[in-house]
Amino acid sequence: METFYHVFQQSLNFAIPLLIVALGGMFSEKSGVINIALEGIMIIGAFTGAMFLAAVRGNEFFSANPQLKFILAIILGAVSGMIFASLLAFASVNMKADQTIGGTALNLLSVALVVFIARSTNPNSTKNVEFGKIPSIKEVPLFSKIPVLGDMFFKNVYISTYIGIIILLIAIVVLKKTRFGLRLSACGEHPHAAQSLGVNVYRMRWYGVLISGALGGLGGVAYIIPTTVGFNGTVHGFGFLALAVMIFGQWKPLRILFSALFFGFFSAMAFAYFAIDFMNAFADFLQKMGIDNPREIIHMIPYVATMVALALTSKKSRAPKASGIPFEPGAR
Amino acid sequence: MPDRGFVKNALSKTETFFKELPQKNSFKIFVSVLVSVLIGLFAGLLILLIFNPRNSFRAFGGILAGAFGDPTSVLIGIGDWFYYATPILLTGLSVGFAFKTGLFNIGAAGQFMVGQYAALMVAFYGGGLGSFQWVAALAAGILAGALWGFIPGFFKAIFNVNEVITSIMFNYIGMYLTNLLIKSNLTVYNQARTETHKINTEAFLPKFGMDKILPGSRADIGFLIAILVAISMFIILNKTKFGFELKGVGYNRHASRYAGINEKKAIILSMAIAGALAALGGALKMIAPGAHNVGNTLTVEEMLAPEGFNGIPVALLGLSNPVGIIFSALFITYIQRGGFFVQSLVMIEIIDIIIGVIIYFSAFSLVIRLFFERRAQRKRTEAELEADELKPEGGEA
Repeated sequence: METFYHVFQQSLNFAIPLLIVALGGMFSEKSGVINIALEGIMIIGAFTGAMFLAAVRGNEFFSANPQLKFILAIILGAVSGMIFASLLAFASVNMKADQTIGGTALNLLSVALVVFIARSTNPNSTKNVEFGKIPSIKEVPLFSKIPVLGDMFFKNVYISTYIGIIILLIAIVVLKKTRFGLRLSACGEHPHAAQSLGVNVYRMRWYGVLISGALGGLGGVAYIIPTTVGFNGTVHGFGFLALAVMIFGQWKPLRILFSALFFGFFSAMAFAYFAIDFMNAFADFLQKMGIDNPREIIHMIPYVATMVALALTSKKSRAPKASGIPFEPGAR
Repeated sequence: MPDRGFVKNALSKTETFFKELPQKNSFKIFVSVLVSVLIGLFAGLLILLIFNPRNSFRAFGGILAGAFGDPTSVLIGIGDWFYYATPILLTGLSVGFAFKTGLFNIGAAGQFMVGQYAALMVAFYGGGLGSFQWVAALAAGILAGALWGFIPGFFKAIFNVNEVITSIMFNYIGMYLTNLLIKSNLTVYNQARTETHKINTEAFLPKFGMDKILPGSRADIGFLIAILVAISMFIILNKTKFGFELKGVGYNRHASRYAGINEKKAIILSMAIAGALAALGGALKMIAPGAHNVGNTLTVEEMLAPEGFNGIPVALLGLSNPVGIIFSALFITYIQRGGFFVQSLVMIEIIDIIIGVIIYFSAFSLVIRLFFERRAQRKRTEAELEADELKPEGGEA
């Protein structure tokens, strides 16, 4: 049981950012804009968060309140992601640009920008932004006493886990129960019908992209803090992995949660295998079989798992109908 | 002696050509690309002014001087320009070819890396092939890349999996796989330096006279091969039934199916060819002799080949047209070289920022153009309507 809790906690470190970013992608696609720039948005968010954390590293007040520091970093990440995403919204909604090209441009731009800024401001021109270790919450009083759930969610947990769960709940309510959510979905399914009922399609699509920008930037911060101590301009394709999570989750919040857990588990197997006993045993086994570099094989696991999972489920895949198509009020 | 009528005819033809030029579609596209390039360069200058005001104009001048700014000699600058343009010309063709079939091949990086690996293997183990060794190395690279492109194509056609996701996943799988294979092979891998050993000079690409024209530079036959590939791609896309079918699937998949085109086959083939093109770029880079005939080593690190990702802006800026891609690859390499030469003044990432901005604006520069055209059209019709309304009055008076 100890092993299970440990593996579960490790998986959450990857599953929560995937969940948040995939939900962001979902909001954007529900409104009718394919957000392939999620990777770049994550990078911008992670960079902003890392810069902030690096700047306040020696600050006594923040050292005494690391969780407050984390929350501020997350807010800054979300804001910067939103600003960056507005570039995509402007290109794809107002200028009716090809959404894949616009998103790709932003992905290129994000890496270039953050590495340029990091290298221009770092005294030794390196691209790494060291922000140090942010401690997890060791134990939440009272809640950690709950059997099973207490060990899963209330011990050694990062505050981003709770933020992710709250976002998920909000997403479910907003999409299913509010006027805003239903209108947003209408804009991605049949924008002309939505327009005929008085919905401003442009504005709804802007909202969709901005929400995905905020969640993407937030997810970027939530990804780097539990998994590393310095940001060097990459999120290892997790923005694209989040898109896969969204597709695997069929654009539905609850299903996205399960697919994020699934992908988070495989990512933990691959990137934190040294912290997991049975994965270490597996690595030893591979070495005994004559493979000298088991690390590479283990690192391939999440990508191969993604392929298999998508191959098994994509046949019936149904994306929002108008997603990816610029809205022309006069077209039919 | 040509009679005067002929000369006159030719003159008037040139005249009409230049008169009609602004109305030509390709010219308009060219102008819209040019505008986004200028905006991109301007953004670069702005960023320089913000981050490095003291050296900004010197650095910007160096970027504009591009490949010609080589401190050793202009000829070496030009030769190196061709050398560095070769891989991204091919990855650009790879991305552009897939675009024509409506597919986004973001997996050129992985295909590039397996191409490098296959060429490396032939270079190490194909010693008996003599002067055909480099041909075999390129062929091996092409085959490996075709396989690496085939898989995402197959997943798209059979399982309906988005090729963007698949090819991203195969970038990482390709990277870890080639790293694993190289690291496990100590004939090839130099553990102390975490890179491969040098390959035998017999396996090198021939210089093909490029060392005579551009002495001391890295130029070799690779650039000529890339140009040749671009031209053949142009012919295949525009002059053959196969190319027509591929483009048809790109324009409208369903209509193509009803027209009797096997769209699944077209998707798979298009991705396999795209993979082969990117991998050829990798193979050419791997066995290039370089400036001093010492060749390249391959550093084994956990990083996707940047040439693969640079293929995307090359294809987009070249509007997926093989001839356009030649020019865009040359342009992007040109400013990259310029950035390289002024590295002491500014971080080289400024070039990537400029390229990113260019692509961002080129994504909707065509739309801006259409907007102005439509407005002009509307004004014209309004003016005509007004003129029509005025006419009867004028007639009476």
